[in-house]
Amino acid sequence: MAAVAEMTVKQASADRLLLALSGSWKLGEALPSTADIQKRLEASGGIEAIAFDTQKLAGWDSGLLTFLQRLRRLCEENRIRIESGGLPEGARQLLALAAAVPEKKDARKPHERQPFLAVVGNETADFFVSTGKLLTFIGEATLAFGRLLRGRASFRRTDLYLIMESCGGQALPIVALISFLVGLILAFMGAIQLLLFGAQIYVADLVGIAMVRLMAAIMTGVVMAGRTGGAFAAQLGTMQVNQEIDALKTLGLSPMEFLVLPRMLALALMMPLLCLYANVMGMLGGLVVGVGVLDIGFVQYYQRTVAAVRLWDLGIGIFSGIVFGVIVALTGCMRGMECGRSASAVGEAATSAVVTAIVGITVSTAVITVICNLLGI
Amino acid sequence: MTDRQAHITVENLTMAYGDFVLMRDLSYTVYRGDIFIIMGGSGCGKSTMMSILIGLKKPATGRVLYGEVDFWGSPPETRDRIIRRAGVMYQSGALWSSMTLAENVALPLETYKNLTAAEIKEVVELKLALVGLAGFEEFYPSEISGGMQKRAGIARAMALDPEILFFDEPSAGLDPVSARRLDDMILELRDSLGTTMVVVTHELASIFAIGNNSVFLDVSKRTMTATGDPKQLLAESRDPVVHEFLTRGEALPQ
Repeated sequence: MAAVAEMTVKQASADRLLLALSGSWKLGEALPSTADIQKRLEASGGIEAIAFDTQKLAGWDSGLLTFLQRLRRLCEENRIRIESGGLPEGARQLLALAAAVPEKKDARKPHERQPFLAVVGNETADFFVSTGKLLTFIGEATLAFGRLLRGRASFRRTDLYLIMESCGGQALPIVALISFLVGLILAFMGAIQLLLFGAQIYVADLVGIAMVRLMAAIMTGVVMAGRTGGAFAAQLGTMQVNQEIDALKTLGLSPMEFLVLPRMLALALMMPLLCLYANVMGMLGGLVVGVGVLDIGFVQYYQRTVAAVRLWDLGIGIFSGIVFGVIVALTGCMRGMECGRSASAVGEAATSAVVTAIVGITVSTAVITVICNLLGI
Repeated sequence: MTDRQAHITVENLTMAYGDFVLMRDLSYTVYRGDIFIIMGGSGCGKSTMMSILIGLKKPATGRVLYGEVDFWGSPPETRDRIIRRAGVMYQSGALWSSMTLAENVALPLETYKNLTAAEIKEVVELKLALVGLAGFEEFYPSEISGGMQKRAGIARAMALDPEILFFDEPSAGLDPVSARRLDDMILELRDSLGTTMVVVTHELASIFAIGNNSVFLDVSKRTMTATGDPKQLLAESRDPVVHEFLTRGEALPQ
C-alpha cells in the first residue's frame, strides 16, 4: 500500500521555500492543495523562489503535474521563481513541454451570456432565415419536379424503385397494426356514447367516415414521418458528412434531382396506396368491435359502412395522403441536405425532420379541413 | 518555360467565412500539365481553396480564371460546363455508399456520354484497372479498405477523361507504401494523359516527389508567402515559415 501524499513546507532561507513531497501523488487520491502555500506566501512575504525535495516521493502521475501547474500559475501571479531541480526528471520535462507553447489568449471560447433582447433578436432573425431556406427548398423541388415532367430530370430509376420498396411495401406491417388499432379505439370510444341511445349501429358510420376521410391519412403520415422522414434525413445527412453530395455537385448532377426527387416521388406514389390499405385495416378494426362486442351483424355492419362513406371522403383522404407524403419527403430531405458535418448533426437532422414533418402534417390537415368546410364537402 | 499555357489563374482572391477572413491576396497560376501543390499547415484553408476552385464555395473577393473564362463571374451553367471537365478526388473518397464501385464510376458516364451499357462496362473496367482495382467492380465502398476507396475515388474522378484532376489530401491516412504508389500513379497519369493535377497536401514526401509547382499558404500571415517549384522553394526561399515547413522544422541556415 502506497503511502499517503504529504507535503511539508519549510523555510529554507529568508527568500526561499522548500516543499518536501512524500508518498504517492496520483490522481484520485487525496492530494494536498496549493492553498497552504498561498497562505504561507501571504503570511511571510519576501519569498522569491520555491524549491522541491522529492526524495521521499513514492510515485506520481498527472496528479502531481496538475498540482505543479496550479503552483506555477500561483507563482506567476506572485512573481516567484520555481526551481524545478528537485523534481523527478520526467515531471520536469513534462512541465517544460506544457509551457513550451504559450497559451493562445484568443483561442479560448468566450462563455459570456447574451442579453435577453439579443437572444430574442437572434432567434427572430434565424426564424426568417430558416423560413427563407424552406421556401427556397420548396421552390427548387418544384423546379426539379417541372424538369421531371418534361422528362429532363436525371436520377437513377433503380434508386426510385428501391426507395418505393422501402417506404411502401416494408411499411405495411406497422401501418396495418396502427390503423387496425385506431379503428378499434374509435369504435370503442363511439360505442360507449352511442349505446346510451341504442344507436350502436352508427359505429360503422363513425369508423368508416373518420378513417377514410382523415385518420388513415394522418396515422400513415405520422408513421411515415417517423419511419421514412427520419431515414431520409439520416441518409442525406450522412452523405453530406461523407462529401458524397459535394461529389454529386462537382459532377454537375443536381442533388435536388438525383436525391430529393426520387424520394419525393416514391412517397407521393406510395402514400395513397398505404392510405387505402390503412382504410381497410381501420374499418376491419371497427368491424371487430361492432360484430364482437356490440352484436351488430357482419352484413349489417358492411352495408352501413358502404352507405355512410362517400366517394368524396375517399378522395379527400387520398389527397391528404399525397400531401402528407410530399411533406414528409421534403422535410426529411431538407433537414438532411442542410445537415452539418458531424455525427451529432446527423442525429439532429433526423430528429428535426420528424418534428417538422409532424408539424407540417398537422398544419396542412387544418388547412384542408377548413377548405373542405368552406366548399361544403 | 515561357511557352507554358495557363490553365487556372487565381487573382487577388480572398477566402472568408462570414466576417472571418481566412486568406487574402492570393494570386497564382496553374499551368497545363502541372502537378500543382496547395500546401500549408493545418487549418490554413487548403481545402477551402480547393472548394473555391471546384465551385463549391464562393470566394469573398477576387477572380478564378479557367483559361480566359472568369469562373465565379459566369452563370451557373457555364460553371457546370467548366467543372464537368474536371475530376475531383475527395479526402475520404466520397464514393456514393449505396452504389458498387462499378456504378460509382459508371454514373458520370451514363449522365454525360451517349454510350451503350456494354461500352460503359468496358470503360469502367479500364478505369478501375488503371487504379489497380480490377475485379472489384461489384464491391460496395464499405467493403474495401481506405486506400482502395481513395483509388476508386480517383477512378471515378477520371471517368470522363478530365483535363484537370483535383486531389484533396490523397495520401492522408495511408501507409507509406500505399502513399508512394498513389504518388507514382498520379505521376504516371500526368505523363500519359497530360492531365493538369491540383493536389492539396502537407505530406512532404509527396510534395517533393510529384510537385513541379506550388503555392504556400501561411496561416499566421493569412496570405500566400511563396509559389513555385517546391524543390526550388526549399533551396531558395528565405521565408523562415516556408523553410521550416519544407524541412520539418529545421532552422533556416544563416
